[in-house]
Amino acid sequence: MPGVFISDEQVARARQLALDITAPIFSLIDKNTTVSIERTVLRWFGVDGTGAMGAPLVNLMVDRLQQAGVLNKGAAYWYGRALRAGAQSPLDAVERLTTMPLEKLLPLSAEDEGKLRDEIRGEARAAVEELTSRVAKRNALRAEFPMGRAPHKYVIVATGNIHDDVDQATAAAQAGADVIAVIRSTAQSLLDYVPHGATTEGYGGTYATQENFRIMREALDVESKKLKRYVQLTNYSSGLCMAEIAFCAAWERLDMLLNDAMYGILFRDINMRRTFVDQYFSRRICAMAGIIINTGEDNYITTADAFDAAHTVIASQFINECFAKRAGLKDEQLGLGHSYEIDPARPETLLLELSQAMLVRRCFPHAPLKYMPPTKHKETDIFFSHAYDVMADLVAVWTRQGIQLLGMMTEAMHTPLLADRYVALKAADYIHRAARGIDEEFTVREDGRIATRARYVFEHALQLLEECKADGMVAAIGKGRFGDVKRDEFGGKGLDGVIEKGPDYFNPFLELLEGRA
Amino acid sequence: MSTKGEKELIRAYGDRRDDGVVQLAFTLPVPMSEKAKEAALLYCQKMGFHDIKIAATERAADNYSFFIVYAHTKAVLDYAEIDTPELVVKKLGFDDLNKVIEEQVGRRIVVFGACTGTDTHTVGIDAILNMKGYSGDYGLERYPWFEAFNLGSQVPNVELLRRARERNADAVLVSQVVTQRDVHKDNSKQFIEEAKKMGLHGKVSLLLGGPRVDHKLATSLGFDAGFGPGTKPSDVANFVVHQVLQRMGKEEKGLHYEGEPTAKAAKGAKT
Repeated sequence: MPGVFISDEQVARARQLALDITAPIFSLIDKNTTVSIERTVLRWFGVDGTGAMGAPLVNLMVDRLQQAGVLNKGAAYWYGRALRAGAQSPLDAVERLTTMPLEKLLPLSAEDEGKLRDEIRGEARAAVEELTSRVAKRNALRAEFPMGRAPHKYVIVATGNIHDDVDQATAAAQAGADVIAVIRSTAQSLLDYVPHGATTEGYGGTYATQENFRIMREALDVESKKLKRYVQLTNYSSGLCMAEIAFCAAWERLDMLLNDAMYGILFRDINMRRTFVDQYFSRRICAMAGIIINTGEDNYITTADAFDAAHTVIASQFINECFAKRAGLKDEQLGLGHSYEIDPARPETLLLELSQAMLVRRCFPHAPLKYMPPTKHKETDIFFSHAYDVMADLVAVWTRQGIQLLGMMTEAMHTPLLADRYVALKAADYIHRAARGIDEEFTVREDGRIATRARYVFEHALQLLEECKADGMVAAIGKGRFGDVKRDEFGGKGLDGVIEKGPDYFNPFLELLEGRA
Repeated sequence: MSTKGEKELIRAYGDRRDDGVVQLAFTLPVPMSEKAKEAALLYCQKMGFHDIKIAATERAADNYSFFIVYAHTKAVLDYAEIDTPELVVKKLGFDDLNKVIEEQVGRRIVVFGACTGTDTHTVGIDAILNMKGYSGDYGLERYPWFEAFNLGSQVPNVELLRRARERNADAVLVSQVVTQRDVHKDNSKQFIEEAKKMGLHGKVSLLLGGPRVDHKLATSLGFDAGFGPGTKPSDVANFVVHQVLQRMGKEEKGLHYEGEPTAKAAKGAKT
């Protein structure tokens, strides 16, 4: 630990405030479900494939339940009813449900109702066991071929075609990448369904589908064995399908997911209620599957100024941590996000960036943390850009970041060329090797610029947290406290997909995820 | 094209006049080997270079080799033949520009901007419009004599134009960051078609910005100007002010000024 900067009591105060701030949100989460959560339930039972016009079966079924006004009992219940009506397979169940007169269906006797729930609980338990056995298989591979040392070097591929992505990802792994992210097609986060099958056409990225996840993970398994070094895979559990993507990723043995409690609200204008409810279930799945989440605080300082808004990153990290812990995630699964984004035209930016990264490390000593490279102030002089990225490499190793997304010298120009990734990996490898342990050699003076700046930022983070507690989260977001973006509770996309749970709501997966069954 | 005067022949400058040295970097999809290195050399010869030095051969991946090359070119250029418009007006700074608007336009200039279509990347439009600006250059929101509206991302083209028309906007800025399969061009064309339908084309300054945008592309699509990587908010602000003054008849049409977007020196919006 390079510096103390702030007292343990102050850190504890920030954690307590985050707990107080998020408490009212948890009663909202408790009372509601969403179409995306219910679709996840069906996916977990094995409902897969598409129906008319390529619409996923889980969408057809959940839409039908919602139209009939019965989704508040939970899709699992209706799945059970279909089985009791004689359905022989998940597909058969979907067909029966879409033709049944749900509105007129009489309730079962109390005894039969109990039996149905027991049966479905049993089926859910088996499905959960299958998921955990798949995760165990991944963990065994990780144990056999240990990962490289942190900071894990994270690079992005984004061709739009999953097969081209595989070529680029394996090339990156061969050049030393520890984590591969497949960027999603533009605006996928606003789709209220998960596309199906392998895809070869995307805009600015490749659609996140379960099949694409499988293809990429299998390719990286082969590469990991060849390199004798496990290569991790990540994707994006954000937008309107947080929970479904989390499930697909868990099932296909992904290692990480971008998953933020507020990102969708602020940067994709997704309704607040929808996001809060969805993120909880998605994080429950991540917790069970040992998936590391990457939060998106780095985005705040690409919209707002990184120097002025540094405290919003810290405040949000405490809130994200609190949401995550309450969803069962452990410290080692918290890739809390931050980035090297202070305007390089300022003096002393290395000191300022070190201060911020050290402060994050100080507040979250056991979390892996996810460090993002400069993007906002990148210009098209690739030689300067490369030097600029190298400074972020240094800060990353100095502050023991678990995950470091590497900057690309052609940032602000085009999606990275194959050689751009190679050059970034080679430089990061050198800097990490050269400076590893530097934090143990240098302590930071408590009366210096780094410590003073850290205390200043933390103090403002505490003030913001106090304000969020006084005003409430919803009001704080309404005032644009995070990322300079203002959103209101009933605005944004996806509110119509939030459903108040009925008194007899049934979700056996939630029971299992929460350890209640 | 002006041909008067002496020829002024120039070549790339490495470390002495007229040596014609250029640096190149590229990847070939073959495993690293002596043969791959030879291939890189031949490839550079095919590009017309001579005295080629393959400075670095790197194994970028199992089946890809990355080369850094220094080579010489015989290409010569007559600098005197290049025709660029003469600068009449200097680029104005923040205070001077506000003063010009106050004194000559006499009202606030209204600007609307958005990332339209499916594009979610607001970093370019934010850099130009938001208070903060970019690289120490204030965004249009900060100018007291500009009224700037940033509608954000994924705004339909029609919606942006409709909002602009409601407020009698002087300029509309479209940012296009995502360029996969030329989606930016398709969306931009559609924007111009809509603008024509709504009768705004030719009346309101229509500006296109983005990392793969240049003035030539933008004007060929029907925009008044295109701004590519490196554009500062003040570049856009100056352009809009000149356009407004020209439409008001207070400035000669086609007047050239410092920092104006040109097809030759493509400048543009940082994204």
